[in-house]
Amino acid sequence: MLDHPELKRLVLGRLTWDAIPFHEPILLWTFVAVALGAAGVVAAVTYYRLWGVLWRDWITSIDHKKIGIMYVILGLVMLLRGFSDAIMMRAQQAISFGHSMGYLPPHHYDQIFTAHGVIMIFFVAMPLVTGLMNFIVPLQIGARDVAFPFLNNFSFWMTTFGAALVMMSLFVGEFARTGWLAYPPLSGIASSPDVGVDYYIWSLQIAGVGTLLSGINLIATIVKMRAPGMTLMKMPVFTWTALCTNVLIVAAFPVLTAVLALLALDRYVGTSFFTNDFGGNPMMYVNLIWIWGHPEVYILILPAFGVFSEVVATFSGKRLFGYASMVYATVVITILSYLVWLHHFFTMGSGASVNSFFGITTMIISIPTGAKMFNWLFTMYRGRIRFELPMMWTIGFMFTFMIGGMTGVLLAVPPADFALHNSLFLVAHFHNVIIGGVLFGMLAGITYWFPKAFGYRLDPFWGKCSFWFWITGFWFAFMPLYVLGLMGVTRRLSHFEDPSLQIWFQIAAFGAVLILLGILSFIVQLVVSFRRRESLRDTTGDPWDGRTLEWSTSSPPPAYNFAFTPRIHDTDTWADMKRQRYIRPQDGFNAIHMPKNTGAGFVLAALSAVCAFALIWQMWLPAGIAFVALLSAIIVHTFNYDRDFHIPADEVVRVENARTHLLAAHV
Amino acid sequence: MPSLKNFRGLLLLPAALLTGCDLVLLNPSGAVAAQQGHLIVVATVLMLLIVVPVMGLIVLFAWRYRNSNSRATYAPDWDHSTQLELLIWAAPLLIIIALGAVTWISTHTLDPYRPLQRLDARRPVAAGTQPLTVEVVALDWKWLFIYPEQGIAVVNDLAAPVDVPITFKITASSVMNSFFIPTLAGQIYAMPGMQTELHAVMNHPGDYDGFSANYSGAGFSGMRFKFHGMSAGDFAGWVQKAKADGKVLGRADYLQLQQPSEREPVRRYATVATGLYDAILNRCATGNELTPGIRDHQCSTTPN
Repeated sequence: MLDHPELKRLVLGRLTWDAIPFHEPILLWTFVAVALGAAGVVAAVTYYRLWGVLWRDWITSIDHKKIGIMYVILGLVMLLRGFSDAIMMRAQQAISFGHSMGYLPPHHYDQIFTAHGVIMIFFVAMPLVTGLMNFIVPLQIGARDVAFPFLNNFSFWMTTFGAALVMMSLFVGEFARTGWLAYPPLSGIASSPDVGVDYYIWSLQIAGVGTLLSGINLIATIVKMRAPGMTLMKMPVFTWTALCTNVLIVAAFPVLTAVLALLALDRYVGTSFFTNDFGGNPMMYVNLIWIWGHPEVYILILPAFGVFSEVVATFSGKRLFGYASMVYATVVITILSYLVWLHHFFTMGSGASVNSFFGITTMIISIPTGAKMFNWLFTMYRGRIRFELPMMWTIGFMFTFMIGGMTGVLLAVPPADFALHNSLFLVAHFHNVIIGGVLFGMLAGITYWFPKAFGYRLDPFWGKCSFWFWITGFWFAFMPLYVLGLMGVTRRLSHFEDPSLQIWFQIAAFGAVLILLGILSFIVQLVVSFRRRESLRDTTGDPWDGRTLEWSTSSPPPAYNFAFTPRIHDTDTWADMKRQRYIRPQDGFNAIHMPKNTGAGFVLAALSAVCAFALIWQMWLPAGIAFVALLSAIIVHTFNYDRDFHIPADEVVRVENARTHLLAAHV
Repeated sequence: MPSLKNFRGLLLLPAALLTGCDLVLLNPSGAVAAQQGHLIVVATVLMLLIVVPVMGLIVLFAWRYRNSNSRATYAPDWDHSTQLELLIWAAPLLIIIALGAVTWISTHTLDPYRPLQRLDARRPVAAGTQPLTVEVVALDWKWLFIYPEQGIAVVNDLAAPVDVPITFKITASSVMNSFFIPTLAGQIYAMPGMQTELHAVMNHPGDYDGFSANYSGAGFSGMRFKFHGMSAGDFAGWVQKAKADGKVLGRADYLQLQQPSEREPVRRYATVATGLYDAILNRCATGNELTPGIRDHQCSTTPN
C-alpha cells in the first residue's frame, strides 16, 4: 500500500529507517538497556497481576494524592535521565583536551546539553514542584481534593507524554542541538532543518498545556477551597508559595506557548517572526522566551522556599519567625520576577540605562530573598532543633543558596555580566541556585512528607549518605566551574585547547561522581525503607510533631482526606489543635461526595502525543487523524455525566474506626 | 568613584586564595576588562559584608539551639519582633542601595557603546585621538576581521596596537555568536542583520585568546582566534604582512568564505570589496536569491 511515494510521504512523512541510530553504539546500548528494563517492568506487572490495579488505582485516578505521587515519580525517573546527560558531559569535558576529542562528537554532545537543560527544568524540577503542591496543598488547606480533579489527571498525563516525547527522540530521530532555550536563528529551519527542534517544540507544547491547567487548578483550589476560618493570612507558607507559583505559571506559560507556536510557524509554514530576513527579529524570541523563562525560575524556587519554611518551623519546634514578612516577601518576589528578564541578555546591546534598570530590579529581588533567609535563621533562634533529614537539607540549602544568591547578584551588575555571561561561572551560578535551592528543597520536601504519603518514614542512614554525597558532590562539581568562569572559559564547549584547565574539569567530574553516589544512595534509601517499612511505620499520622493541617490526618490519608472539614483558628493549625487538646470526632460520620476516576485524561494526553509525534515527522495524515480523534474524545468526554459518587457513611465509619484502633494501640 | 578605592586592600584576599591559576577576568591586560574585573571584586566584597555574618549565624544558631542543648533558651511562640524585622529588611536594602549606585554608574561608564575616556587608570585618552576601527563578522564557524582604514581583512586572527582605543563594529552572517576577548573587554553578541559595538583598549603587548562565547552550532568549540597586542611598529608590520602575501576578498570570495567550516587556519586578505561589511550587515551578501523588491530597497546603496 505504501509503494506510492506520495502516499508514503503522507503517512510516514520524514520518518525512515535512517532515523533509528543503529550506527551510534552509545544510543544503541542505551536503547537495549531501556528496552530490557521496560520488558522487566511489564513482565513484573503481568506476573503480579497489577495491570488492573495500575489502571484503576493510578492511571485513571483523580485523587490529588496519587497524582502528586505520580508527578514525583516522573520527576525522579527523569532525574536519572537528566543526570546521565550531566555525567556524560562532565566526562567529555574532563578528557577532551588537545589532540583528544573525547568520546562525544559535537553532533551528540550538543544534543546532550540541550536535553539536559530541557529535562532538568521541564521534566524534573517542574514535576517535583507540581507533585509536592498537588499532594500537600489540599491537605494543608483542609480540602478533599483539588478544584478540578479530572483536569488534574489530564495535566499530569500531558506532562508525562511531553516527557515521553523527549525520551523518544533518543531512539527515533534526534533532539535539538540548540541549547535549552532554542534561540533562533540557530533553531530556525535554515540552521536546524532536522526533527530535533520539532521534538523540542512539541514536547514542550504538550507539557506546557499540562502545567498551565495544573496552575489554574491549584489557584482555584487555594482561593476557593480553604477550610472555614483559614483566611489568606492564616494559610501555611507552603500554600502561600504554591499560590504565588501558580499565579506565575498562569501568567508566564501562555507566553511560552505563544513563542513556541510562532517558532513552529516559522519552521512549518515559512513565516518570518524570528528569521534573519523579511523583517523577522530573533531578539524578539529572546525577549519573549525570557519573559517566560525568568518567572519560571521563581516558579521553581518559591515552592522550595515554602518547603524550607515548613521544615524549619517543624524541626525547630517553633512558630515560623515573621510569617507576615515571609508572605510579603513571597508576593514581592512574584511581582518583581516579571521585571528582570532582560538580565539574561545584557550582552545583546541594550543601552546603559536599560541595562542598569534591569540590573537593579534584579538586585532588588535579593532583598525579599534575604529577608526570607533571616526569617529562617530567626526561626531557628531559641528553637529546639532536631537534625532530621529534612532539616539537614534545609541547612545545606541555606549555606549553598547564599553563595548562589551572591553570584546571582554579581551577574546582575551589567559590566560584570559582560565578562561572566555564558561562562562556566554562570553555569555554576544557576546550578548553585537550582540544585542548592530547588532540588534540595524538593528532597527536603520528599523526606518530610514521605511518611504522610506512604505511612512509613524513610530510612535515615541512607538518607544521610545521600545528603552528604549530594552536598559534597555539589561543591566539588561546581566550585571548579566558578574558577573556570573567572579564567574566561565559556560554556557548551566540547573540546579545549589549554591543558592547564583540565584539572578543574577533572575535579568537576569527580564531583559529578559523588552526586551519582548521592542519587544511588537515595534509591537505596527508598528500597531499604520499603523493606523496613514495618519498623519505620508512622501510626500517628504526625511523625515529626508537625504544625500544619496535613499532620492531623492519618498516614497515608484516607481517600477523602478529612472526615469532617476542620475549622481553622491559627496559622499553625495542627500545633494549635494539639495545644487545645483536640479530640478526634469518633461518630456522626456522613457519606462523602467524591469525584470518580476516569481514563479520559490519559486518552486525551496519549492522542495529543500521537498528534505531536506525527507533526514532528510531518506525517500529515496520521496527524490529522489524531487531531480529529482528540477533538472527538474531548466531545465524548463532555457527555460523561457519571463523574461523582458518595463514599458511604459505613465506609467512612470503618476507616475512621480503624484509625481510632491504631491510635489507641500505639499510645 | 572614590568610595571604591577603600576596598582595594580587600581585593587582595580572594586574589591570594586563587593564586596558581590564571584568573584572566580578575587580572586582565585591557583597561575595560580591568575595570570590569575590579567591579566583580567590589560587588563580591559588598555582598560578603552580609553573607559572611549570616553564614556564621547559621552555624551558631544550629549549634546553640540543637535539641540536646537543654540549657539554651526555648521560646516556641516567639515569632515576631518589629525591630528585628526592620533590621532584616533594611540590611539587604542598604547593601543593594550601595550596589545599585555602583551598578548605575559603572553600567554607564563601561557601556560598550561609549567611546573610551581613558587608556587606563592614570592616562586619559588624548583629545583628537583617532581610534582604530575593526569590523567583526561572526561566520559559521570562524571570525572575519575587516580593517577598513587599513583596507585589509583577516580570518581568525586579530591584532591592535597597545594604548590605542579600538572601536569594534560587530555583526554575524547566520546565527548568534558572542565576541569575547576576556583579557581585553567584556563580550558583546554578534547577531545577523544587527550591529553591536564595543570600545576597548589593550594596555600590554602579548598574544591573548579570543573566542565566541555563545553556542552557535557544531563548529562552536573551534571558533577561537588569537588577539595580539602590539607596539605601533609591530602592528604596521602585521598590516604589511597581510598586504604583502594577501589575496583579494571580493563578494564572490566572501560567499565562499561564509560557507560553514571548522577550525579554519589564519587567512589574510590584502584588499576587501568596498562596502562588504555593510552588505553583510544589511543582509545583502547572503548569496540567496531573495525577493528582488525587498533586496533592492535594502541593498541599493551598496554596490554589488
